[in-house]
Amino acid sequence: MQRATLDLWVGIFVVAGIAAILFLALKVGNMGAFDSSQTYLVKASFDNIGGLKVRAPVKSAGVVVGRVSEIGFDGASYEASVSLSLDARYKFPKDTSASIMTSGLLGEQYIALEAGGDQKMLAQGDRIKLTQGAVVLENLIGQFLYNKADADKKADPPAQ
Amino acid sequence: MLNGIRGIGRRVVDGVWRMGVATRFFLLTLLHSGQSFRRFHLIIREVFSAGVLSLIIILVSGLFVGMVLGLQGYETLQTYGSEEALGVLVSLSLVRELGPVVAALLFASRAGSAITAEIGLMKATEQIAAMEMMAVDPIARVVAPRFWGAVISMPLLAALFSAMGILGGYLVGVVLIGVDEGSFWSQMQAAVDFKEDILNGVIKSVVFGIAVTAIALFEGYDAPPTAEGVSRATTRTVVTSSLAILGLDFILTAFMFRGV
Repeated sequence: MQRATLDLWVGIFVVAGIAAILFLALKVGNMGAFDSSQTYLVKASFDNIGGLKVRAPVKSAGVVVGRVSEIGFDGASYEASVSLSLDARYKFPKDTSASIMTSGLLGEQYIALEAGGDQKMLAQGDRIKLTQGAVVLENLIGQFLYNKADADKKADPPAQ
Repeated sequence: MLNGIRGIGRRVVDGVWRMGVATRFFLLTLLHSGQSFRRFHLIIREVFSAGVLSLIIILVSGLFVGMVLGLQGYETLQTYGSEEALGVLVSLSLVRELGPVVAALLFASRAGSAITAEIGLMKATEQIAAMEMMAVDPIARVVAPRFWGAVISMPLLAALFSAMGILGGYLVGVVLIGVDEGSFWSQMQAAVDFKEDILNGVIKSVVFGIAVTAIALFEGYDAPPTAEGVSRATTRTVVTSSLAILGLDFILTAFMFRGV
């Protein structure tokens, strides 16, 4: 087949376009950063997950060790059941505790894992028993106001 | 009064008529695609004239759009003390919206108008009638290769636009202003999802490519064979395809990013 300069230009264009897509996928996106094939699933129930989203990070000691893969509602216990897919390189003891935290004041919510001291490790399908749900700011403010009103009442009882 | 109503009616009927002809034309183009893929060198030539010749304008505008995003984003984010999120802002706005949309708008005015003018002139100089005389199907020989050449070029151009834009944002944000480089890239990588953001952007650009090219080809093929007719058809291509891009973008965005 005859080769023309036009073919060269089209080749350069196609290669550059594919390189741009690869750049977007590897450098801009998170493909390859977290291999989803080598993970294990762990479940946890929370009384309140606040604003936690699917794909939110799971951190231990501040390092991302997994992601939230599924969020559901347990109709029997009226709790939120959250599936975490954890990186297979990291093993956690059975009595590890999970709590929902917020990064920064208005940041996204993530799950923090605090390792326990058990000899046995969490495996695929296990359940984390020690959990602490998200702190709901509105409840906190409500409680504070209620306590304050109580304290005020005790401080100066209404004159009779 | 009566004439006015009659005019409105004629315009509506005319518009619906044209829509029907355009649909038939589009289906005919798809039907004849098989033949044009057998003569692939024709498609290669159209990739050159639609894609390679649009490269400069796409690359330069991508760079500048990214640089402006970097400056403006920094100004706003700085007031909240979160200028590290600049990478997220630049990359998400480019990959999801600006990349496909602005690249498609530029593509419509650079390549779409050229396609319309070329086919319109071919018709005005009776080259298309000559082809029919020689029993060469003009849709298989002229229209279908242009369609596929442009549809192949569009996603590559949009990806190049987004990549250049992110580089522009990096240049202004990190090199010029001094946002921390590590958090610029790492926050970007944490926020941009391959399937949700990048793949959806590519799908958008493919849809825009199909819309722009179909409009440009039809306007050219349908143009009255006069100098004025061709110039009007070229203008209509740019206007109609720009509107189609923005309208389709809203529909696609509503499907893709519902804020789960």
